[in-house]
Amino acid sequence: MEAAAVPLFRLEGVSKRYGGVRALEKADLIVEAGRVHAILGENGAGKSTLIKIIAGVVEPDEGSMHLEGREVRFARPAEANAAGIACIFQELSLIPDLSVADNIVIANPPERYGLIDRRRQREIAEEALARAGAEDIPPLAPVKDLALSRRQIVEIAKALARKPRLLILDEATSALTAADVAKVFAVLKRLRSEGLALLYISHRMHEIAELADECTVFRNGRKVATYRAGTKSDEEVVEMMIGREYRHVFPPKPARVDDGKAPTLEVRNLSWTQRLRNISLKARAGEVVGLGGLDGQGQRELLLAMFGVLSGVAGEILIDGKRVAINSPRIAKSRAMGMALIPEDRKTEGLMLPMSVGDNLSFAGLARMARGGIIDRAAERKAIDEMIRLLAIRTAGTEIAVGSLSGGNQQKVVIAKWLMLKPRILLLNDPTRGIDVGTKQELYQLLRQLADSGATIIFYSTDYDELVGCCDRVLVLYDGAVQRELEGAEITERALVASALNISASSREAGVSPAVNA
Amino acid sequence: MKDWAYKFAEHRGALLALLVFLLLFVIYGSNHPAGFTANVMNTAANKGVLLALVAMAQTLVVITAGIDLSVGMIFVLTNCLASAIVVGSPLTTALGVIGVLLTGVVCGAINGLIVIFGRLQPIVTTIATGAVYFGIALWLRPQPAGSDAFNSDLADAFTGKIFGVVPSSLIALLAVVLIIWAPFRRSTVGRDAYAVGSAEVAAYMSGVPIRRAKFVAYTLAGLLAAIGGLFLTFITYSGEASLASGGNYTLFSIASVVLGGVSLFGGVGSAVGAIFGALIFRTVGDLLFVFNLDPLYQPLFQGVVLFLAVCLGSVRLFQVRNRLDLFG
Repeated sequence: MEAAAVPLFRLEGVSKRYGGVRALEKADLIVEAGRVHAILGENGAGKSTLIKIIAGVVEPDEGSMHLEGREVRFARPAEANAAGIACIFQELSLIPDLSVADNIVIANPPERYGLIDRRRQREIAEEALARAGAEDIPPLAPVKDLALSRRQIVEIAKALARKPRLLILDEATSALTAADVAKVFAVLKRLRSEGLALLYISHRMHEIAELADECTVFRNGRKVATYRAGTKSDEEVVEMMIGREYRHVFPPKPARVDDGKAPTLEVRNLSWTQRLRNISLKARAGEVVGLGGLDGQGQRELLLAMFGVLSGVAGEILIDGKRVAINSPRIAKSRAMGMALIPEDRKTEGLMLPMSVGDNLSFAGLARMARGGIIDRAAERKAIDEMIRLLAIRTAGTEIAVGSLSGGNQQKVVIAKWLMLKPRILLLNDPTRGIDVGTKQELYQLLRQLADSGATIIFYSTDYDELVGCCDRVLVLYDGAVQRELEGAEITERALVASALNISASSREAGVSPAVNA
Repeated sequence: MKDWAYKFAEHRGALLALLVFLLLFVIYGSNHPAGFTANVMNTAANKGVLLALVAMAQTLVVITAGIDLSVGMIFVLTNCLASAIVVGSPLTTALGVIGVLLTGVVCGAINGLIVIFGRLQPIVTTIATGAVYFGIALWLRPQPAGSDAFNSDLADAFTGKIFGVVPSSLIALLAVVLIIWAPFRRSTVGRDAYAVGSAEVAAYMSGVPIRRAKFVAYTLAGLLAAIGGLFLTFITYSGEASLASGGNYTLFSIASVVLGGVSLFGGVGSAVGAIFGALIFRTVGDLLFVFNLDPLYQPLFQGVVLFLAVCLGSVRLFQVRNRLDLFG
């Protein structure tokens, strides 16, 4: 077994659970020096957990890590750094108010007589920037003044200044322009030839094809396969990434009838900063329209923009064919608009955890239960009981703190709170994340019931299975723009994954234009 | 942009505060009934340095995105202590000074430890510890009093004039800046404090020792407040456990920090800026006197300046594009 040379980095049987959720299950991985190893997998496959463990951000529940044959344990990112592992995270780790040079040496500034040696710091920064192919970035500029793509390069320079032996890049190119990507690739290839080991996580298949030597696919927290780059077709890779252990039962979708009316909700050419690009969509009464794609491609921002949370949004929003101006959630939820947003993080945006189930339920609808500013207790009571019955919320009473309910029941409270307003347009931001299978089933039924009774539903989910089972149409977002629209029988997991990864071959095969054709 | 342009941008807040101060001080001096005499300068310097020291203390904590509402109380406590123990021979005086400064260090360290390990918000922590520090001060000096053996020679040396012109308090302030602030600003731990205040999660991800940075910031803040308390004793020869004085100095230190270009959101600004902020604040108060306004209006006027200063600190919020960030 030990015949071959000891690999630079080896991961053995590493597992991690968050509560009842298995994020990573007995993962093995070998990374060799002088190679680029790509990690593939869809949302929630366990890639981020894997990286966080290697980088010392979270500690594994079991398993071991070996660096050049010696077992290592990291309690903090600083310890992983010291061992020669540098990580470039998807969320930037730069300090906005400090200068580029300050940031590059942040973990270990050069010192002289106990003070920071600024001249030496500058030399290190200039050298690191040069290695990252970005001599043009001024070392004294504050990071907050740089464009996002430049910051990403500073992030790479910062990692290089630590002289790592294993460099992890987690979606490090997602904010870069094509010209910047080419530069970064030249740098990465040079680093590989210098003997550095690179762990490369990207959703851009062509990048992996160009850069990777080995690839490992993860699915549902487990390693599926490791193979030499170029030995599998895109289709085979997608096949490895999907594949489920269980199937949900979804309510049947009714046949769509075009009633000729204006769509309940229409969005035209919506844009916001760099995150949303020219998005158009139409949703009719009775329709469940899904938002798909990889996590963080602008789906959340699109929902927030429609709900009036973002300012400086360009484009038009029409309700029942009439242009409307929605500047705050207060306006969005008004009777005229009839919108409700089920937020992504129920603990901070959806619920007041220490307050009672009853108080949480009636919050959004209080104004409609009050007469002259005084809350009509009897009406409130009745509405609360009705919602608890309708959604089958399992609670010991309306007076107990909502924080003591299970995740699934908490989510039902969030949804019930908005249903009290009888919304005509329901926006859902990944509502089934972290809730149990039984409650998920109930939610799917509820969504279809609401749609059948005339509501319009916009449903963002990171779970492709759900999109396939629940939606009449799905818009797949990529980099803030609608990459593709799938309808009816076209909505398959394969098509969703392929268009989410922006694999050109698959969109050719289907031949559907990404434009809106409702 | 050239290097000097970045350096200028970094110090813009402090330079602006310096300009505003100079402008106000010229108006003040030229309208003072006695004119720009050495005595007028010296009195203004002594008062200004007191607030400047407390404002420096506040700066250190504000840089880490915290706030220290106990600085005024540490200032009052060390004033009371100094009036009792900075006495007698040069040796006992020296021991007394060390005792006063150590007290400040301990007070600051307690704040830091509670914030770091108790994970309480700085504002709550320092309100509570500040009340305790004031209680001790009142126990030390139930009535305003001094000691007969108080070392007034030392006191006069720090509050008088050098060569009959230069206020020695300003020289002392300069020394404090060079000995405490400058090394902090240029050390790793100082930079870590800025990093923590600017983006704590990013700092953690970058392997910055967050706890050490906060601890040093709070502890040095205690030391600087104690230097302020010692200085107050040099001016008054006595100690007074005044709740109003403690509260005022805390509040004014926050105003000074903001006027000096330090961001209350953390990560931006310098103690030098805060010093000029303190001098501006003091001069604004004194302007009322030279223009013969009723002293009754002084608190109102200073209140308005304080209010405007705090408004200045929130200008950033107008640029927010995602309204959820307003609550972050």
